[in-house]
Amino acid sequence: MKLNLKIWRQKDAKSKGEIVDYPIKGIEGDMSFLEMLDILNEELINKGEEPVQFDHDCREGICGACSLQINGEPHGPDRLVTTCQLHMRKFNDGDTIVIEPFRATAFPVVTDLVIDRSSFDRIQQAGGYISVNTSGNTVDANAIPINKHAADEAMDAATCIGCGACVAACKNASAMLFTSAKVSQFALLPQGEVEAVDRVQNMVRQMDLEGFGNCTNTGACEIECPKGISLENIARMNREYMSATSKG
Amino acid sequence: MGILDSKVPKGPLADKWTKHKNDINLVNPANKRNIDVIVVGTGLAGGSAAATLAELGYNVKTFCYQDSPRRAHSIAAQGGINAAKNYQGDGDSAYRLFYDTIKGGDYRSREANVYRLAEESANIIDQCVAQGVPFAREYGGLLDNRSFGGVLVSRTFYAKGQTGQQLLLGAYSAMNRQINRGKIQSYNRHEMMDMVLVDGKARGIIARNLVTGEIERHSAHAVVLATGGYGNVFFLSTNAMGSNVMAAWRAHRRGAFFANPCFTQIHPTCIPVSGEHQSKLTLMSESLRNDGRIWVPKRKDDAIAIREGKLKPIQLKEEDRDYYLERRYPAFGNLVPRDVASRAAKERCDAGFGVNKTGEAVYLDFAAAIQRYGEEEALTNGIKNADDKEITRLGKAVIEAKYGNLFQMYEKIVDENPYETPMMIYPAVHYTMGGLWVDYNLQTTIEGCYCAGEANFSDHGANRLGASALMQGLADGYFVLPYTIGDYLSKDIRTGAIPTDTPEFDAAENAVQERLNKLMAGSGQHSVDFYHKKLGKIMWDKCGMARNAEHLQEAIDEISALRADFWANVKIPGKAEGMNQELEKAGRVADFLELGELFAKDALTRNESCGGHFREEYQTPEGEALRDDENFKFVSAWEYKGEPKDAVLHKEELKYENIELKTRSYK
Repeated sequence: MKLNLKIWRQKDAKSKGEIVDYPIKGIEGDMSFLEMLDILNEELINKGEEPVQFDHDCREGICGACSLQINGEPHGPDRLVTTCQLHMRKFNDGDTIVIEPFRATAFPVVTDLVIDRSSFDRIQQAGGYISVNTSGNTVDANAIPINKHAADEAMDAATCIGCGACVAACKNASAMLFTSAKVSQFALLPQGEVEAVDRVQNMVRQMDLEGFGNCTNTGACEIECPKGISLENIARMNREYMSATSKG
Repeated sequence: MGILDSKVPKGPLADKWTKHKNDINLVNPANKRNIDVIVVGTGLAGGSAAATLAELGYNVKTFCYQDSPRRAHSIAAQGGINAAKNYQGDGDSAYRLFYDTIKGGDYRSREANVYRLAEESANIIDQCVAQGVPFAREYGGLLDNRSFGGVLVSRTFYAKGQTGQQLLLGAYSAMNRQINRGKIQSYNRHEMMDMVLVDGKARGIIARNLVTGEIERHSAHAVVLATGGYGNVFFLSTNAMGSNVMAAWRAHRRGAFFANPCFTQIHPTCIPVSGEHQSKLTLMSESLRNDGRIWVPKRKDDAIAIREGKLKPIQLKEEDRDYYLERRYPAFGNLVPRDVASRAAKERCDAGFGVNKTGEAVYLDFAAAIQRYGEEEALTNGIKNADDKEITRLGKAVIEAKYGNLFQMYEKIVDENPYETPMMIYPAVHYTMGGLWVDYNLQTTIEGCYCAGEANFSDHGANRLGASALMQGLADGYFVLPYTIGDYLSKDIRTGAIPTDTPEFDAAENAVQERLNKLMAGSGQHSVDFYHKKLGKIMWDKCGMARNAEHLQEAIDEISALRADFWANVKIPGKAEGMNQELEKAGRVADFLELGELFAKDALTRNESCGGHFREEYQTPEGEALRDDENFKFVSAWEYKGEPKDAVLHKEELKYENIELKTRSYK
C-alpha cells in the first residue's frame, strides 16, 4: 500500500520542530509500524537525508521504549499493543498517518520522535521499592502465603511497562495511572505494608514535582494503555494517599 | 593448562562455595566508601550487581544504552526462573539441578560454577519474593511451579509469561533504592566505547553520551560488564534491536579472552519469518511446550496442500499427523532441550514437511490441552455431562490464564487465533552461551574486569536449559559477584580515587574519537543495516543450526571481505555530535563483523558436535550430536591478536569429578 506520512521533525531539544510530509509505498500488512519506519529511513539514508529518530528496543511490546502518537492516539489505533506490535494491516492504502512524539511537559522532546521520560524513573526512585537488602538473608519464599487473588491483582498492576501512553492520552498529561500501578503492586502485597504510608506520599510528591497534571477521571489512560492497566489502581492509590495523609 | 587458571577452590563440590566465601578477603564498611565500581549493563545481572554492591557500601556508577535501566532486554524473558526449592516434593535438589544443567549443556561447562549456581538458586526466589515480585501462586497462597525442557521435575517459578519483566523490575527497584540514597549514579543513554587499563588493571571506561554525543571518561577500581549476549550478530534474533557485543568486544581487544563464541542457542519456538522487511523475531515461551504438542503432517502432499492454502491444519486427522518429538524422544517428548527440538524442526522442514508459505514452520498445537483442561475444570466445578462446546470454553479459559499474553502477542503478529488453529513456529537465534572467559570469581583475564550474566561463558556449556538464564543473571549479580569482587578490591583500600587525567585515559579517548571519525568518513555507498543484514545471512546460512567445515571456511572469508567493505563504504548520515542512531548502530555492527569471524573460526576448530554446536560431519546414524570428549573436552578461550584470523586459542580442560560423562539421551 501507499501512505502519506506526516512526521514531526525536530533537530534537538532547543530547536523548533515541524511536521514534514513523507510519501511512502510498497508497505505490506505483515509489517510492523516500526518496520515501516525502517523502510522510510533506509530510503532517506540512500537519498542522503537524515533518518527519523525514534525510541525502540525489544520490538515485542515489553520494554516500553517505543512510543509515538499516531493519528492522535498513543501507540496508534489498535488496542492493547505498543507501537512495535502495531501492524500495518490496521491501515488502508492511501491513508495519511500523522506521527508525533508523546506530548507532555514532563516528557521533553530530545530529537524528532525521541522523548525524555526520566521523570518516570524519578517517581520510582522516590519510593517504588521495598527496602529489603539484596544479600539473600530473607525468610523462605513460602513462609508468607499470599492470597492468589491479591497476588494476581498485584501482577496485573506490575505489568505496566512505563511507556508513558497514559500521560500522552490524558488531556491533563497526568501520570496517575503509571504511579498508581506501582503503588498498587506493593499495596496489594503484605511485603509492601511496612512502608505503605511513606511510599504513596513520596511517589505522589515526586509526580507533582515533575510537572504532571491532575487526574480528572476521564479514563482515556486506561483505554490507551497497551497493557490494560485498570483505573481501579488510581482509586486504590487515592485511598492509600488519603489514609496515609490522615495518619500523618 | 597454560595461562588459564579457573581458580576453582579445592575440596568437595558441595563445600567449595561456602569454604571460598570464608577464605576470601573482605573490605570493611568504612573502606568501601572509598571504592568505586562501574557496572555496564543494567539487566538482571548488572542491575542486581549494582544494587547489591551499592547496598554493601561501594560507590557504583551504572551505564546503559537504554533511556532507563528498566528497559534492559532481560525484561523480555517470558517463561520462568529455575530454583531447586523442591516445593513440589518431586525429588528436586541442588544436585539434581546441577546435574540437569551440566547434562543439558552437553558436558561443556565448569562443574564448580554450575554447582554454585544450583546452590544459590533457592536464595533468588526468597530474595525476589521479599522484594515484592508477584510470582504466580496456587489457591493455598503458596508459590506455583511449571516444568521446562530437559528436566523431569517442576522447578520453574513464573509470573505469567512476563517473568523476566517482573524480576528485572525487582532488580530495578533495588537499584532505585540505592539511587535514592545516592549510592548509585545511573548513566542512561550512555554506551561504553572502550575500557581503560592502568598497569594492566581495568580502571575505567570511555563512554559516549548518546544524547549529546560527548565522549566521557569514568574511572573506578573495578569494572563489571553485564552487557548480555551477541545473538544480534545474526541480524534476526529474539534479542532487542540494540543488544550488542561492544562492551565485551572492547574488553576482548584490551586483553579479555573470549570463550566458546560458537556456542549459540537457537530457540525452537519462535514466530516464523514473514518476509524481507523483518527486523526482529519474537519468541513464544518454552513454557508453551508444557501444554502444546509439536507436529507436522505425516504425508508430504498434505504439507504441500497446507502450504498452498488448500488444506487447514485442523482438518488433518490425528493419524495423519507426525508428532515427531513424541515419536523420536518418548521419555521427554515435547520437553526435550532446545537444541534437540530446534534440530528436529529443521530436519522435518528440510525434508519438505514445513507448514507455512516459506516451508519453514511447524505446528504447536493446544487442542489436546484445551480438551484436557476443559474436562478437568468441568469435573472440579461439578458440571455433569458437559458438552464439547462447554469443555472447549472451560479449557480455553485455563489456557488463557496460563499463556494469555503470549497468545495475544501471537495473534497481533500473525493475525491468526491460536485458540482456534495451531500456532506456527520455527527456530530462531535466542541466546549465546559463549562470552568473555571468567574464572570462578567471575573475573576475566583482565585484572579488575569482571563479567556477569549472559555476557560471560560460564554456566551453560554448549546449550542452556530453559529458565536458567534468569537464574544465572541474578545468582551472579545478587550472590556471587558482590562476594568475589571484594577479595580483589580489598587490595585497593589505600589506592584512592583513580584520576582520569592520565596518559592511559588520553590514549583510550583518542582511540575512540579516531574510530568514530573513521566510521563517519565512509564513502557512503550503503547503510549500516545493509551490512548487518548481509552479515546475518552469512551467519544463519553457514554458522546456524547445522555447520560444516566447508561452509565455515567460506563464512570466515566472506565476513572478512564484508568487514573491509563496511569500513570503506558505510554511509552514516548526520554528525557524531548529538544523537545519531545510525552511528550507534555502526559501532555495534563493526564489532559484530569481527566477532562473527571469530565465531566461525571457533566453530571450525571444534571438530565435534555438542549442544547447539552441530557439525554435520560429526553425528550418529540417528542424526544426534556426536561429542568427542577425548579431544574437545575443553573451553576455547581466544586471545585477541589483531585480526580475528590471528586470534590465539587457549584451552581450559574441563574436569568432571562428580558427574560421569555420558552420551546425552532424551529418548
